[in-house]
Amino acid sequence: MTPANPKLENRIGESLSGSQIIWEALVREGVEVCFGYPGGAIMPAYDAMIEYPIHHVLTRHEQGASHMADGYARASGQVGVCIATSGPGATNLVTGIATAMLDSIPMVCITGQVPSQLIGSDAFQETDITGCTLPVTKHNYLVTEPEQVAPTIREAFYIARSGRPGPVLVDITKDAQQRSCVFEWNDDEIVLPGYRPDYAPLAEQLEEAVELIKSAKRPILFSGHGVVKSQATETLVEFVEKTKIPVACTLLGLGGFPASHPHNLGMMGMHGETWVNRAIQDADLIIAVGMRFDDRVTGNLKTYAQTAKKIHIELDPAEINKNVRVDVPIVGDARAVLKELLPHLDDCDRPEWLAYIDEIKGDSAVRDIKNLPDLGKLYAAHVIHDLYRFTKGKALVVTDVGQHQMWEAQYYKHDYPRKLLTSGGLGTMGFALPAAIGAKFAEPDDSVWVICGDGGFQMTQAELSTCAQEGIKVNVAIINNGFLGMVRQCQEFFFGGRYVATPLLSPDFVKIAEAHSLTGIRVEKRSEVEAAVRKAEATEGTVVIDFRVEQEDAVYPMVPAGATLGDMIQRPPKPGDHDHNPIFETGEDE
Amino acid sequence: MSQSVKRTFAVFVEDKPGVLNRVASLFRRRSFNIDSLNVGATQEAGVSRMTIVCEADEDKARRIEANLYKMVNVLWVDDITHKQSINRVLALIKVNCNREQRDEILKICDVFRARAIDMSPDRVTIEITGPQDKVEGLVSVLRPFGILELVQTGTVAMTRGIEKHDLAHPTVPASRNSAA
Ligand SMILES: Cc1ncc(C[n+]2csc(CCOP(=O)(O)OP(=O)(O)O)c2C)c(N)n1
Ligand SMILES: [Mg+2]
Repeated sequence: MTPANPKLENRIGESLSGSQIIWEALVREGVEVCFGYPGGAIMPAYDAMIEYPIHHVLTRHEQGASHMADGYARASGQVGVCIATSGPGATNLVTGIATAMLDSIPMVCITGQVPSQLIGSDAFQETDITGCTLPVTKHNYLVTEPEQVAPTIREAFYIARSGRPGPVLVDITKDAQQRSCVFEWNDDEIVLPGYRPDYAPLAEQLEEAVELIKSAKRPILFSGHGVVKSQATETLVEFVEKTKIPVACTLLGLGGFPASHPHNLGMMGMHGETWVNRAIQDADLIIAVGMRFDDRVTGNLKTYAQTAKKIHIELDPAEINKNVRVDVPIVGDARAVLKELLPHLDDCDRPEWLAYIDEIKGDSAVRDIKNLPDLGKLYAAHVIHDLYRFTKGKALVVTDVGQHQMWEAQYYKHDYPRKLLTSGGLGTMGFALPAAIGAKFAEPDDSVWVICGDGGFQMTQAELSTCAQEGIKVNVAIINNGFLGMVRQCQEFFFGGRYVATPLLSPDFVKIAEAHSLTGIRVEKRSEVEAAVRKAEATEGTVVIDFRVEQEDAVYPMVPAGATLGDMIQRPPKPGDHDHNPIFETGEDE
Repeated sequence: MSQSVKRTFAVFVEDKPGVLNRVASLFRRRSFNIDSLNVGATQEAGVSRMTIVCEADEDKARRIEANLYKMVNVLWVDDITHKQSINRVLALIKVNCNREQRDEILKICDVFRARAIDMSPDRVTIEITGPQDKVEGLVSVLRPFGILELVQTGTVAMTRGIEKHDLAHPTVPASRNSAA
């Protein structure tokens, strides 16, 4: 199971400290890099680290460490590891842990804890971190004995990566790190009596699904994050080419089914394509694969996809009938289920349905900013479209949260899985730069691009210093609109244009880059985009590009929160004049 | 949509520190409202049994079950709402009771198969075990005398048949059954 690491001396049977055992266990779990920040209660563990072949990345904030571990996991599919001290160190991890939890990212977080005899005494830097993280971890542990360290870390990795993955936290008291015991390592398969991560689909459910698919006239398939996680891309392509069922992707599903595939319709949901949302409302069958009917993709549940029967292929039984009632649930791994269904389905053509979807595209192309002239202005969507063109769609893109995130999803077309990393479930600003650093460690040969806003960048920009210290290269495209743009857009649409607390003063980002001995570039015109992208790609070390874009552009199309999926606000054909749309008055907001 | 009814779950969990907190936290986080929760030992060392009563329709019940199964320390979940089962709560009721009222109160106890377990010149303490509604019945009859103190446990429940709790295999929520 665990490949013996040639760099690791065999110390099984020797007396080792709990601290040494932490690293023994991590190396045996295949860990090569971890992200962290030291402090009192984790110092014994840090002290033992130098004996072991693990590269430690010192971050500038523990939130950075947890996002880096997350980015590493998203890019590689392996478990990401972060480490922090007790109290404030541990609580600083929490945002990153919650981010990983909502997007089902496998992660192991190691935290130091005050000595076990002090627990409960409000000792210096004592926080009940297992209590704090209970609702945002897949599982967590408090370890108070050196003997528990190895088996607990093994279990933590197993739980993090199996079934529906997620973050697991292991809190280890200082005395458990300091005391010694005989080191034992058991490579047997882990059996936890109460934990059954693997579900096999039931035969009758598969049969019912086959019947529904065979009789459907207007089917649509949803490709979610589960397709990426179960490496189902190839199988899904085969499935779609046989059945000619058009595909719509969720945000986290982008790249799971190639964007350039003729049957890929694009993204669904709040900022999805108009024709995708309309096709969903008109479909007679939805085959949802590895997705969870999040409120951002369904809009108003009462009016959602009422004419469609629904097949839900999903690994986590707790997702079945949570938001949307389905007709045939199939609990199982996406790839395995698609493989089982495939031989029972016939080759099929559905020219009418596909032609209909083409037809409902209507004048969307005319309203697509990609096709509109820039008139001497720098539009964010143009920057991202150009970035897509000049990187030939091959970059590993990590986005932050906001308007730029949605423009990325719309205009950077991903043909490969694990090349778009974004915080979908939690929508965590500040995610992009640290997650990109983690991703670069996982995929050092990839060209890694951060696309972030001026707001989100400032939340974790201190990690530029980590890039400099590590000599790590990522390219950072700041879509600088001078606003917390996504919130400003909501204010424009739904709060009478009152821009409360959204105008944002930023430092000179070029100088910020230079202050870290990194390269900074400013771009104010569309004609400068290409040169800047090429320069960034050719420059050694991290590059920051400050794209000074139009300040008050909005992301279109948009289904206001709580509105019916088919009711979308579209980009006005001429800049500035809004179509009158009654949704403006009814939309509720977060 | 099926009716929301009071549901009873028998939940077998590993007897480890913090497990009660994990289960309670799950119900709070998902806003599944708990009516009562009872934990205690079982015939098997290292395994505790919870009886959880909460209101839920069929869909919600399946999701509660599925969410419980997601917890690493939960071994087995049995929704015994619609199974033949014995449900009991225990209550202690301290009531005002002077000499003249004693006979009447003791007669009431007889009817409800409750017992007087402590007595003083002006009050009596009564113990009753039974289904929740029977306990409620007794309480309402005693109320006019003046209840001084009332304490009761949550429901504990057990099915009548012999349940084989196969801890190796969970039930996949049969959500289709309720898809009508
Ligand atoms: C940590 C955090 N705080 C607040 C929000 C709410 N929020 C969502 S988008 C957004 C604006 C982001 O602004 P910016 O980073 O400049 O990106 P833009 O929308 O302008 O592209 C805010 C404040 C959030 N998602 N995350
Ligand atoms: Mg902005």
